[in-house]
Amino acid sequence: MPDSSAGGTSPAVSVRGVGKSFAGGVTALRDVSFEVPGGGFTSILGPSGCGKSTLLKMIAGLLAPSAGEIRLHGAPVDGPPPGLIYVFQQYSKSLLPWKTVLGNLLFGAQSPRARHGAGTPPSASDCMEYLELVGLKGHEHSYPSALSGGMQQRVAIARALVARTRTLLMDEPFSALDALTREGLQDLLLRLWHDMRLTVVFVTHDISEAIYLSDHIVALAGAPAGVAARIEVDVARPRHQVATRESPPFLGLRRELYRMVVGRDA
Amino acid sequence: MNPQAVAERVPGVLLILGLLALWEASVRLGWVLSPTWPAVSAVFATFWTNLADGTYAAVIGSSLRRLFIGYFLAVVLAVGLGLAMGVWRRFYLLAEPLVEFLRPIPSPAYLPMAILFLGIDDAMKVFMVAFAAFFPILLNTVSGVRSVDPILLETGKTFGYGRWQIVRKILLPASAGFVLTGMRISLAIALIVTVIAEMVAGNSGIGFYVLNAQRSFLVPEMYAGVIALAVVGFALNKIFVFVESLLLRWQKGAQDVLL
Repeated sequence: MPDSSAGGTSPAVSVRGVGKSFAGGVTALRDVSFEVPGGGFTSILGPSGCGKSTLLKMIAGLLAPSAGEIRLHGAPVDGPPPGLIYVFQQYSKSLLPWKTVLGNLLFGAQSPRARHGAGTPPSASDCMEYLELVGLKGHEHSYPSALSGGMQQRVAIARALVARTRTLLMDEPFSALDALTREGLQDLLLRLWHDMRLTVVFVTHDISEAIYLSDHIVALAGAPAGVAARIEVDVARPRHQVATRESPPFLGLRRELYRMVVGRDA
Repeated sequence: MNPQAVAERVPGVLLILGLLALWEASVRLGWVLSPTWPAVSAVFATFWTNLADGTYAAVIGSSLRRLFIGYFLAVVLAVGLGLAMGVWRRFYLLAEPLVEFLRPIPSPAYLPMAILFLGIDDAMKVFMVAFAAFFPILLNTVSGVRSVDPILLETGKTFGYGRWQIVRKILLPASAGFVLTGMRISLAIALIVTVIAEMVAGNSGIGFYVLNAQRSFLVPEMYAGVIALAVVGFALNKIFVFVESLLLRWQKGAQDVLL
């Protein structure tokens, strides 16, 4: 399998004509097609309940599409593929509550994902490095229930990274956090994405968040939802919580996307 | 325990001591005069004698050996089958009617059958204990497995863990609280069934000891044997709760708020 994940421009993920119907006749998605460039930051934007999470779960191999095909680095996805980790919106339900923070990282470090293609699995000291990277040094022996929401999601991100992940799929990972914590985590994520040359697919219903983080935005709309627009985000990097959000390209894009997603002018 | 916790214990202990004093007074002051109602001091004297000369160690030891073999078999089988029933819907549909049919039978009712097939020795008693202790653990394990959040299982999948690893690393620890509750209920049942089986058949164990004391008109021995059983039941539960709190120490946070 060719490894084009490290910062290349060939597609890391390609979604072709994907649709999803559930038992009972509800169709959530129809004919969705887009590509996620390797090393890029792509957001899937759409209103609540439009099927964004369903789409992300299909890319993660946790759910099978009813129609169409999904490929990761050219290989069809027919189960959770190596090199990719899904980060859940409900971090508190995704961490193992009976394990400490370090125990949760070891769950990632000792997983089949971490061993895929590489020799020895990451050690406990590797886990400690990742904890330091997400700013949680000193909390390794705490249980998740003793941490705040933002800290729990940091643990979940560190756990995904220690499993030698190249592609992160994130389902509204910051939507349950307060505004300041959310902005802190957005900047942490951008730093990790840049430094570790990750490919990120990020689901959100927050237009500003999508623009602030992304290179590319795939906007979903309609019922059943389809791709309403594919947008290149022409906003300079590195981004800054105040300056970027006040810049004319940001504001112009925000206005355009609002009209597209909500269906009327802001 | 802090001084406040000790103080909270005082009334309950005083009630027991008061009732024992009443028992003693009822004999000494002649309120009840009967050969079947000895003074509590005589009962405790017998208790200490039997404890000191090793009578209880031998008698209770043989009971506990049966109890633990049966209980261990019940735990292994019930947790294994409970996991299978919780995970595998077809197996659940296959086994559930049989479980619901067998479960309500009071354990003494199948004792005669057990004697016919297994005799009056340890095999029968171990079977009785295992059978009676099996169902609470089974049902709690099934409930525990079903209570595990699907997100936790999907987390296991996205990290590439296989079916068996997810069962071992996620399903089992995540349902441990339920399983341990079932095991605690079953431990009490196991003691009851051990004593019943020993009373009905055979000539060893604390159940036989108490019944034999009654038949031989060794009245203080009979009462003392019941007190010894109370001590055993109390100790078993205390030990279990201690082990449970060690295994579930990650739930400490919730306990601090609720208890």
